[in-house]
Amino acid sequence: MDKYAIEGTPKTPSISFDLNAGILEIKGRSIPENSIEFYKPLVDSLDKYSSAAKPATTVNVQLEYFNTSSSKCILDVFKKLESIHKGGSAVTINWHYEEDDEDMLEAGEDYQAIINVPFKMVMVAE
Amino acid sequence: MVDVFDIYDKMERNNILLSFKGEITSDLLTSILQIMENKMDNMQEEPKIKKKVYNVLVECLQNLYHHLDEMSEDELDRSKSAIFMIGKESGRYSIFTGNYILNENIIPLKARLDEVNSLNKEELKEYYKKVLNNGEMSLKGGGGLGMIDIARKTGEKIGYNFLEIDNKVSFFTLNIKITNN
Repeated sequence: MDKYAIEGTPKTPSISFDLNAGILEIKGRSIPENSIEFYKPLVDSLDKYSSAAKPATTVNVQLEYFNTSSSKCILDVFKKLESIHKGGSAVTINWHYEEDDEDMLEAGEDYQAIINVPFKMVMVAE
Repeated sequence: MVDVFDIYDKMERNNILLSFKGEITSDLLTSILQIMENKMDNMQEEPKIKKKVYNVLVECLQNLYHHLDEMSEDELDRSKSAIFMIGKESGRYSIFTGNYILNENIIPLKARLDEVNSLNKEELKEYYKKVLNNGEMSLKGGGGLGMIDIARKTGEKIGYNFLEIDNKVSFFTLNIKITNN
């Protein structure tokens, strides 16, 4: 098993997925024009991980901005995590939002309502 | 000759902070976002409104970007060009966009805008979740979420207009207001 990691850019988040530790982190801005292309490698590594998932999987999402083009891709990532959760790895999604960012909190709650995985809403002080 | 002062004066009177006319490219989009972010930082804008403006800007500009993409097969050169303006007056931001659209696309677009404008905050939230989870993905990925998201984040009705140019195309304008509420 290995690690999938990419650096952040002004339009795309940094992603770090340690398949051995079962820890996935997505941080920064996700506003690419073509988000499907951007998220495909992550979705592929989740597929790979699902066949040998760790007993627990921790997901930290800390986005400053994301566009609607990313929102469906993020849902796809969460759906993969949902099936990993069903497959026996205890998945937790920690959704971070800045103190005054109600829109980001609501966005997290939208996903929480759709995805059958424990979510934790984590407030970050600015 | 172009009356430059006339254009300047109109922009000044409408408190335009930034405007652009031409082809919307990915690089341009990055630059506009960066300029607006710097401007809002310099104006010491509240983080809350800054985030809303930034988010709505991204959706508006990417709409233009993807739309121009769709139109590029059309033989009309003018269809590649769009206009974008952002203004601020007494704490209230206004974003204006304008682009050509094929007349045949007006009815479905108008129906979508009217639907979004008819919904309240709770209904918009439900509608957003429904469209998010409908499994449909447009090539660009958004799958029709842009307008719903704009309406949700601004809490305002989306202003729009279609100006018929000829039997083939119309000029479509959007006006989005962002206040601190």
